[in-house]
Amino acid sequence: MNTLLDNIKTVFPNAEVWTQRKGLYHMSIPKEQLVTLVTHLKEVEGYLHLVQLTAVDWIEKNQFQLTYILNNPNKRIDIMVKTFIPRDNPTMETIHHLWEQAATYQRELREMFGIDFPGSPRVDKPFILEGWDNIPPYRRDFDTKKYAEETYFPRPGRETHDPKEYMKKKLYPDEI
Amino acid sequence: MSKSDLEKRTVMSPDGEPIEINPLQDYFCDARPKVHEPVLPIFEKFLNWARSESLWVLGFGTGCGAIEMRPLMTPRFDAYRFGIQWRPTPRQSSVFIISGYLSVKTLKRVIRSYEQMQNPKFVIALGSCTINGGMYWDSYNTIKRLDHYLPVDVYIAGCMPRPEAILAGFEKLKELIRQGKGEGANLYAKNFDWYKANQKKIIKDWDIPDYNW
Repeated sequence: MNTLLDNIKTVFPNAEVWTQRKGLYHMSIPKEQLVTLVTHLKEVEGYLHLVQLTAVDWIEKNQFQLTYILNNPNKRIDIMVKTFIPRDNPTMETIHHLWEQAATYQRELREMFGIDFPGSPRVDKPFILEGWDNIPPYRRDFDTKKYAEETYFPRPGRETHDPKEYMKKKLYPDEI
Repeated sequence: MSKSDLEKRTVMSPDGEPIEINPLQDYFCDARPKVHEPVLPIFEKFLNWARSESLWVLGFGTGCGAIEMRPLMTPRFDAYRFGIQWRPTPRQSSVFIISGYLSVKTLKRVIRSYEQMQNPKFVIALGSCTINGGMYWDSYNTIKRLDHYLPVDVYIAGCMPRPEAILAGFEKLKELIRQGKGEGANLYAKNFDWYKANQKKIIKDWDIPDYNW
């Protein structure tokens, strides 16, 4: 397997490569070369299956991390390809020409994180949130609890009758 | 149906004559719901007995609780022996089971289905999600209290309630109907403005008529 990592290092000198365990490798690459690397992995190395495309919000570093998980069904190896994009006005190249199902992931990321994928089919159509007018809900500066309490009529908690307080009020009403 | 299908437009008939169509007016009736007063109390009592013995449920699973309705239909619990059956369309059914959590997107469809059901209609809410949000109490997209959007007749607590609990809930609903307390549709008509205001507060892209049936 080291041949794969060596190959990648030769072809993409900018890529950082490390091994987590047998059959699971990580790669980190600048945003501009990511599509080239993913295409190379699919077309040359046989990583035919896009398992997942997801994002992580690193609000402290002011970045989003995009993770593309690829799988080689013949060798049973997973590769996690990571890239970082700036958090302000985030844009990324689309990969729907490699895997059609990536368009759905990209549509979800557009809605939940606000990451734009220009050219991806139906990327601007609402996916789950129809008519959402707040900041995207998966960003970490979105306060879910506050939003839910303001919007959805939370039911007030049940009345409690603490026995100690109750008896105090009943027996010694003057002392309170 | 996409949004552009609902717009006012001119189409050509097969004879080559232009026809103006306005789908929102032609396909939907947007008159406000009316309160139906009982005609004759003793006759109403008989009708209520008949209604309680023939509950037709709308087969609309909104959340995870829909999985409890399959064993209810099949021979083990066999709800059909109580006069309960499942129907495919809102226009044929009288009981709406809200099975579990409701997202805002689903709520829009639920309201539309509920308004298309014929009077008298009853709502059974399953699970803690419909009561106070349940495990989705701080979710950005799940409603917390169903009774702010639809009149609820029976709540069945649990996460999820077992089919036995749902059968008990049906028995409770029958009892309420026989006592003449299944007045959900009238309640909805009476407090129509309040329900609509609550619904429109959370459904931001409101593109359906106010009342459609």
